[in-house]
Amino acid sequence: MDSKTKIEKIKKDNTSLSNAEGKEKEKEYTTLNLGPTHPATHGIFQNVLKMDGEIIVEAESTVGYIHRAFEKIAEHRNYYQITTLTDRLNYCSSPINNMGWHMAVEKLFNIEVPKRAQYLRVIIMELSRIADHLICNSVIGVDTGALTVYFYIFSLRERIYEIFEEICGARLTTNIGRIGGMERDFSPKAWATLDVFMKELPLALKEFENLLVRNRIFMDRTIGCGAISAEMALQYSFSGPNLRAAGVDYDVRAMNPYSSYEEFDFIIPVGTNGDTYDRFMVREEEMWQSLSIIQQAIVKLKKEPVGIFHADVPDFFLPPKEDVYNNMEALIYHFKIVMGETNIPKGEIYHAVEGGNGELGFYIISDGGRTPYRVHMRRPCFIYYQAYTEMIKGSFLSDAILTMSSMNVIAGELDA
Amino acid sequence: MTLGYFIYKIILVVVVFAITMVIAMYSTYAERKVAGFLQDRLGPNRAGWFGILQPVADAVKLFMKEETIPSVSNKTLFIVGPALSLLTACMTGVVIPWGTSLSFFGENYSLQIADVNIGILYIFGVVSIGLYGIMIGGWASNNKYSLLGAIRASSQMISYEVAMGLAIIALIMTTGTLSVGEIAAQQHGWHWNILIQPLGALIFIVCAFAETNRAPFDLPECEQELVGGYHTEYSSMKMGFYLFAEYINMFISATVISTFYFGGYNMPFIGRFVTDPNLLALCGVAFLFAKIFFGIFFFMWVRWTLPRFRYDQLMNLGWKVLIPLSILNIVLTGAWMMRHEILNVFIK
Repeated sequence: MDSKTKIEKIKKDNTSLSNAEGKEKEKEYTTLNLGPTHPATHGIFQNVLKMDGEIIVEAESTVGYIHRAFEKIAEHRNYYQITTLTDRLNYCSSPINNMGWHMAVEKLFNIEVPKRAQYLRVIIMELSRIADHLICNSVIGVDTGALTVYFYIFSLRERIYEIFEEICGARLTTNIGRIGGMERDFSPKAWATLDVFMKELPLALKEFENLLVRNRIFMDRTIGCGAISAEMALQYSFSGPNLRAAGVDYDVRAMNPYSSYEEFDFIIPVGTNGDTYDRFMVREEEMWQSLSIIQQAIVKLKKEPVGIFHADVPDFFLPPKEDVYNNMEALIYHFKIVMGETNIPKGEIYHAVEGGNGELGFYIISDGGRTPYRVHMRRPCFIYYQAYTEMIKGSFLSDAILTMSSMNVIAGELDA
Repeated sequence: MTLGYFIYKIILVVVVFAITMVIAMYSTYAERKVAGFLQDRLGPNRAGWFGILQPVADAVKLFMKEETIPSVSNKTLFIVGPALSLLTACMTGVVIPWGTSLSFFGENYSLQIADVNIGILYIFGVVSIGLYGIMIGGWASNNKYSLLGAIRASSQMISYEVAMGLAIIALIMTTGTLSVGEIAAQQHGWHWNILIQPLGALIFIVCAFAETNRAPFDLPECEQELVGGYHTEYSSMKMGFYLFAEYINMFISATVISTFYFGGYNMPFIGRFVTDPNLLALCGVAFLFAKIFFGIFFFMWVRWTLPRFRYDQLMNLGWKVLIPLSILNIVLTGAWMMRHEILNVFIK
């Protein structure tokens, strides 16, 4: 039963009740504050629910609890300094945000990134996609009450973070990569950890799927829960796994390839109902696809010349520190980049990447100054959250919580 | 009633009470250890050897914690709730036969506190009162999440008590008695009731999970939806009382399941090796506790493996699956018991 018929049924019940008593009697509802600090909201959101027992009659969502005005701050920062802001959007997959920003800026600056650096970026982006999906899917498990599965696959996220730590020194807010490529090459330890991870992931994912995918209780809980039709999803401008679960095969990596994604061979999994189970399954399959993309990227990397990890753009890419102290040109470039003295081309561009939970776009207007004139971030979570109230109407409280976690609404990205 | 009888009963009561408390205490420890084992982690290992003193540390912590009673709550009921919960949880052990009987100096001392001839009804009654503890606590907190938890708990327990009662009726039909002691005694050797009543046992075990509010039926206190359910507003030892009551209930459920369906203190072939009646009785106690510990482990095993139901699915399972099944079980049991009469009708 979809939400509308449910609500109508409730209304009908109400009228028949009042008719039986022979007088018009308004049914009383409870108001329940779901959030801003509720164990299941995984961040700071508020939903004011109007409840008829356990059924949600009306919902109203509030945004802005951790609004940090990133778009405004970005207008006062150098281009390379804005990367750290993108870390704090979807903090479950910050490398994708970083790369998206770098690529948008490279598009504005007309920088061609060498193939090897592109493949390195693909590896990092796919790793963080896996990390993001691991979190989302394990949290769906936790919200259905199966806490154990969360522990089984969370150790893998730890591995991914070890790789990030080895590459960029940070784990959560990575600030990985630079405009023009990567800040450094992968270390041998990073490759070794990646190897271990590639061996561990299939085993753990299989175990995870064995516990949930055909589990009767899990299926009953998630099938038909928080469903959204393809039309509705498109009208709300959904993207990413949530749109694909509804049956639309839109993936930025395939439709509008960036960073050499056109060279990779991967399947875009598509659901049918757009419910929690489909979202879960789409994410599961995407993890397998990401794994295959990483394998392909490792093979491709071997054919590329060793040691190249950034484009030759001294105007934008910081020179190595020893050169700064010993080399005149390097010192000049270092000074110019840090002080924001490089010539920035004027222009207006939009670049989108397939983020952990949807199309993450950066819209930049440059008037030639050291900072962008205007930056807009297309944050998929902000869009999902607008549909949330409509999706949970007429459903149970438990379903509302599952819907929230399966849409992977991340507070940082929602409020930016 | 002689003084000796009185003292013996008092000792038995104290011992059973102490054992119940210690097992409930160490169930909290076992729960975390089992969870750690199932989740590839260590569990508590700091307080004492292998973390063996963890429950003591927890108890001290809970007693020392600041106690908050919400100003908008009904203060009397707020205190009555957890007290009632713990009280009723401790009361069930009275009718359980912990073993046959010990004989000293020509006197027989039964290891059952009270062999009430309606022991089963007594257990049901006490367990039903336990529900009031949760309801009162949830209501008195004056918190919507607590109230939702309390409503879930009460509707869940009432629904599952029906199926549980019907499963027991089939058992009563085959055993012909309501006395728990007699039911345990009847299952001598291999005559365990689970072999006679497999469907009834299954229904009873499922209902026992629901009665104790354990996963996958832990809706009244599921953190992800209701914050803490009925004990959201509780702190310090009152919260501890609720948790303790839950673990005692789990212990009692495991005991009742073992006694009703898994032979109680009986173990096949033990009579061949042990002849001394006192030793035999003590062996019986040991077997009962082995079964109980496995039951408790089973409760934990399920909790850390399965997701939980949704409220309506829980009700559907209770009313549309378990109750019809248990009625079918009654009909089948009746047909089996009357099989000669029925066959006679057809032959004629």
